[in-house]
Amino acid sequence: MIRSLPNTRPYTIGFKIYVGLFFSFLFLPLVVTCVLAFNDSPFPALPWKGFTLTWFTGDQPGRVGIFHDTVNLSAIWVSFKVAFWVSLLSTIVGTCGAFLFEQEQFRFKQALYFLMLAPLVVPGVILGISILLFANTLGVAVENTFNLDVPLFRPGFWLVVLGQFSFIATLVTLVVSARLKKFDRTLEEAALNLGANRLEVIWHITLKFLRPAIIGAGAVAFLMSFENFNTTLFLVGSEATLPITLYLQVRDGSTPVINAISFLLIVGTSLLALINLTFSRKKE
Amino acid sequence: MRSRRSLTFLLFITPVVLWLFLLIVLPHVDLLLMSFHTEDDSGAMVWSLVNYLNFFQEPVYWRTFMRTAIYAILVTMITFAVSLPVAFYITKVVSPRFSGFLSLLLLMPFWVSELVRVYGWMILLRESGVLNHFLMVSGLLQRPVEMLYNDVTMVMGLVYTSMLFMVVPLISVLESLDDSLIEAAYDLGGGIFSIVTRIIIPHAMPGIMSGGIVVFMLTLGNYLTPNLIGGKNSLWFTEQIYNQFIASFNWNQGAAFGFLLLVLSSSIIWLGLKLTRQKLSQVVQ
Amino acid sequence: MAIDLNVENVSKTFGDFTAVREVSFAVEKGRFFSILGPSGCGKTTLLRMIAGFIEPTVGRIMIRGKDMAGFPPNRRPVNLIFQHLALFPMMNVAQNIAFGLQRRRETRAEIDRKVDDILARVGLPGFGGKRIDQLSGGQKQRVAIARCLVLDPAVLLLDEPLGALDLKLREQMKVELKKLQAEVGTTFIYITHDQSEALVMSDHVAVMNGGRFEQVDTPRNLYARPQTPFVARFVGENNGWKGVVADRQDGLCTLRTDDDQLFSAATHDDLPPGTPVIFFIRPEAIIIAPDAGLENFNRMTAVIQSILFDGANSRMLAMPEAGATELMIALPQNRQYDHLKVGDRVAIGWSARSAVCFKDR
Repeated sequence: MIRSLPNTRPYTIGFKIYVGLFFSFLFLPLVVTCVLAFNDSPFPALPWKGFTLTWFTGDQPGRVGIFHDTVNLSAIWVSFKVAFWVSLLSTIVGTCGAFLFEQEQFRFKQALYFLMLAPLVVPGVILGISILLFANTLGVAVENTFNLDVPLFRPGFWLVVLGQFSFIATLVTLVVSARLKKFDRTLEEAALNLGANRLEVIWHITLKFLRPAIIGAGAVAFLMSFENFNTTLFLVGSEATLPITLYLQVRDGSTPVINAISFLLIVGTSLLALINLTFSRKKE
Repeated sequence: MRSRRSLTFLLFITPVVLWLFLLIVLPHVDLLLMSFHTEDDSGAMVWSLVNYLNFFQEPVYWRTFMRTAIYAILVTMITFAVSLPVAFYITKVVSPRFSGFLSLLLLMPFWVSELVRVYGWMILLRESGVLNHFLMVSGLLQRPVEMLYNDVTMVMGLVYTSMLFMVVPLISVLESLDDSLIEAAYDLGGGIFSIVTRIIIPHAMPGIMSGGIVVFMLTLGNYLTPNLIGGKNSLWFTEQIYNQFIASFNWNQGAAFGFLLLVLSSSIIWLGLKLTRQKLSQVVQ
Repeated sequence: MAIDLNVENVSKTFGDFTAVREVSFAVEKGRFFSILGPSGCGKTTLLRMIAGFIEPTVGRIMIRGKDMAGFPPNRRPVNLIFQHLALFPMMNVAQNIAFGLQRRRETRAEIDRKVDDILARVGLPGFGGKRIDQLSGGQKQRVAIARCLVLDPAVLLLDEPLGALDLKLREQMKVELKKLQAEVGTTFIYITHDQSEALVMSDHVAVMNGGRFEQVDTPRNLYARPQTPFVARFVGENNGWKGVVADRQDGLCTLRTDDDQLFSAATHDDLPPGTPVIFFIRPEAIIIAPDAGLENFNRMTAVIQSILFDGANSRMLAMPEAGATELMIALPQNRQYDHLKVGDRVAIGWSARSAVCFKDR
């Protein structure tokens, strides 16, 4: 049954096989994608025609690698910018949210807390369209009243940032709140007692304590933003993010360049995840 | 003291309220209002129920809607059935030395973009894909078979995409289950079936619910997987929304669809919480 | 002598519950003052009012003659040693101690000098660079004290800081704290539920119960002349009897107990005959095999029920032949009573002067 109880051989072996299959299922598509990024064939398919780096470094017509692919490179750059702003904004607002819900008492706190959780159960597509609609309504209203055309209200970079921020901030709030729950509030009292004012207490004591959680949440926010598709789909303007660009390419046929990008994404995110993990382990 | 406290309070509450009202509440109110409007013959916006009438009168709309709902529930249940043994194995069966490593391994694909994962399945399963290549080389198949673009593959893809959101809460909830409870049940003569149904599942209920909610919500709102590996007949409701917004440019109709999807997802989540007597705020912990 | 802390008629209510009622006391400069009481008696609330975390509902708290009403904790000249010390785990020892000085915007050089100074004074020279989790329990205590003393507070408040230590270390820290206080001369207000901590360290002890001060006195008086039944019972051990006053003369009275025995006892209250009373006699005031011919002496024979060996604190339980109330009697370990065993009949007795009695409410 469990490791401390006697188990029959078939039970143990059966379980091992099941878990083995599960992990193969989990990694098979990723492994295949990575391997085919190095196949010297114009299609991401077998048979194996030899190892090549051309899908990374190539600059011949028809065999342009990712490092010379201006469309995908600029999409990556856009995604980086979006992710930077989203993680910055959501870390700040999410930390405020954690303080608000953990440390302050006010009327309608329950209602506001419930509202803060809402983005967790609202499909991303709906967040996308509702923000699109609202921005459009505002844009039309501003244009009719002030005869001003505000670019912020049209699909584009900042609307994507706001759309992703709207649900990623919830995640940051929850992660930071979880850490803040473990905070011993007598430390704040001690600091007050030693002459610090409320802002100094938050800055020197509470934020120091929260730092690993805030950094971790920021990293997760960055990744989630970088990979977001559903919300972004409706808000994107002329500057497409990487998932949108990739989607259009995958839908209309594929080249091994997509595998090369996928390979870089897999390696990059795994590294980021590992750094994040070791960092939080060390702090624990 | 008083003014200082309220200063920090304002510092905290202002961004949160701005966020929640400008990006969550008002957009959804606008969505609702838009869905009850339509253009009349002169092109002006008027109040109307026509968007909702369209939904009920056009079979393809509400059939897609029902299909999406039923498949999403099915995917959630399959995901749970697949994930529970894995979570149990990692937390309770495998030796503790490996359990940390295995849960780390499990998280890795979670970090990778959904698009990359779906793409991986596409190059595996399509007619010219890797699986067909191996089946042909080994002589099991004479001519390649298209394994994409059908409901089974789509469901598999959806399960794959959302599996981790089920396994992670299950692992954390099973970690909190004291081994001695299982030992006691075993000692009192319980078999595997009774231990799973009477001890493990009741204890894991919060984790099951939170995993279930996330998986259900993500599946219902999924666009990539049904769009890329689902068949021509496996239209997903999000695709209908997309079509209204981007292809037909009928935002009012799209808003109505969006609102219907929102009602569907919230009511099924609400029902699930009611049936298992849980609260949303507990489940997200 | 200057008065460092003056608490005047302070009460605190939370809804219907009164945590502290009408407490007044004054502490002279340089004194070690303890507030002793069971948990839930309101002592922590009182301490937090002095520190400024709670405002009193009624009454005034003055520190060095200045009314503290409306002063937040960070602007009061008092510092608090928390029950679990509340050392900042994200800072090292020196940073912990420097925290309060930095809030006062003192110069870098001044801060470094003061930190080194106070570390030497609490016996931890060179510990500045250590992390908090590298310290032992006793060292943490000293860092917590140093962190407060470096700010030179008018009053240092201590909220049962020894509670978390093991017995041996606690005994040692008691002595150290008392020495340290004498050395630095800062006024200490110490709250505890442990009577030994209060009696050993303090110049004065206030016994608190149900939100009130029952008695404020020196440790010796508290033990020898308790003024309320609660103090008699709470401070040290006591045998208690209920009865009525049968007769009284010359500061002594004759008492008839509920189990129908007659005793004489000292009385300082005005207790006319017929008053129901409760009276106490300490285990060590009961003499085993007393000499004949002692004046104003209560004598009886008792049967030993059990012997509780506990080193220097050994006692026996004995039932008077004529009564129904078991007595706890100190059993000095000077080998004189080694022959006593359960079931033996022994003569016991006590001087009327060593019993105290109160009107029974």
